[in-house]
Amino acid sequence: MNVLAISGSLRDGSHNSALLRAAAEEAPAGVKLEIWNGLRQIPPYDGDDDVVPGPTTVEAFRAAVRAADAVLIATPEYNSSVPGALKNALDWASRPLATNAFRNKPVAVIGTSTGAFGAVWSQAELRKILGAMGARVAEVELAVGHAAEKFDADGRLLDDDVREGLRDAIAALAGELSPQLVAA
Amino acid sequence: MTTLEQTTQAVPTGNWQADTVHSGLSFEVPYAVATFGGAVTDFEAALTDGVLSGSARIASLAVKDEALKAHLQSPEFFDVERHPEVSFSSRTIRREGDEVEIDGELTMKGIANPVVLRGTITGPAVDHFGATRVGLALEGTVDRTAYDMRWNMPLPNGEPALSNEVTLKADLTLVQK
Repeated sequence: MNVLAISGSLRDGSHNSALLRAAAEEAPAGVKLEIWNGLRQIPPYDGDDDVVPGPTTVEAFRAAVRAADAVLIATPEYNSSVPGALKNALDWASRPLATNAFRNKPVAVIGTSTGAFGAVWSQAELRKILGAMGARVAEVELAVGHAAEKFDADGRLLDDDVREGLRDAIAALAGELSPQLVAA
Repeated sequence: MTTLEQTTQAVPTGNWQADTVHSGLSFEVPYAVATFGGAVTDFEAALTDGVLSGSARIASLAVKDEALKAHLQSPEFFDVERHPEVSFSSRTIRREGDEVEIDGELTMKGIANPVVLRGTITGPAVDHFGATRVGLALEGTVDRTAYDMRWNMPLPNGEPALSNEVTLKADLTLVQK
């Protein structure tokens, strides 16, 4: 199973990016987790540019999603919701809606924040967005609060319970793979 | 003289297959301030020794917008990739004159629930080509959330945009084999 991992945060020291690196460490044999780093290059959505083919970076993102068996998104929470850059990239990916790259794609949403709640509201909104796009949203709940205490200065995850949660999230994604993929 | 000659008032026995060109399966659901609907075009149905059964392919779901069709086929609704078919099988059929009430089981998204269909039955009667036909016009309501179809959006007044109660309609022309 090839998993495309998307961090909703752009900053170098992002806890959500660190959470995905930890997920890659926890991936079992047979699961390859690739962290996508193209979010910064996605232009603001503009319907005038929404033609075939779309902007190069957008097409690369769509191709990466199509090529992956599943997607794991770690999101921070900005003003109780999804970061604009992440939402913008998903808006591009959702076009055209009926045939978009996320349709039937198994997707799991996780997140971490420095506050107590671990981006739980942002995660809920992100699941709603992905559902509207036609993704197969896995029943994964991993909200990692108090991020500053869960990661060391180098961004390494220190918490074993969270590591177990990451393994569960990857297992849930595997469970959502289409029957054809499992048989292959 | 009528084209169709009435021959009995009982629930027909024997083997009857739906003439799908002259049959239809559709749904209606209240949405915001009105009702919208759609239909499935690829299906079969049969009345065999007093049991009505049928199945339909959700890939053939027809609505007026491609994005809406995609949404209805997504995991938020029918999840057509995992559950390409819906099916129905009756347990009991009661007929009184032209009225009919059918208890059965409807399976959608892999979930089976009891459902009651009511409506009218016409015939059996012989058509203008000599075939014997029976007509069923049926209607029933289901709670879509019982089939794990839970999508909704709140309207500005706080009420949900889409009703949970969906009306299902079947207009069947069945031909005796």
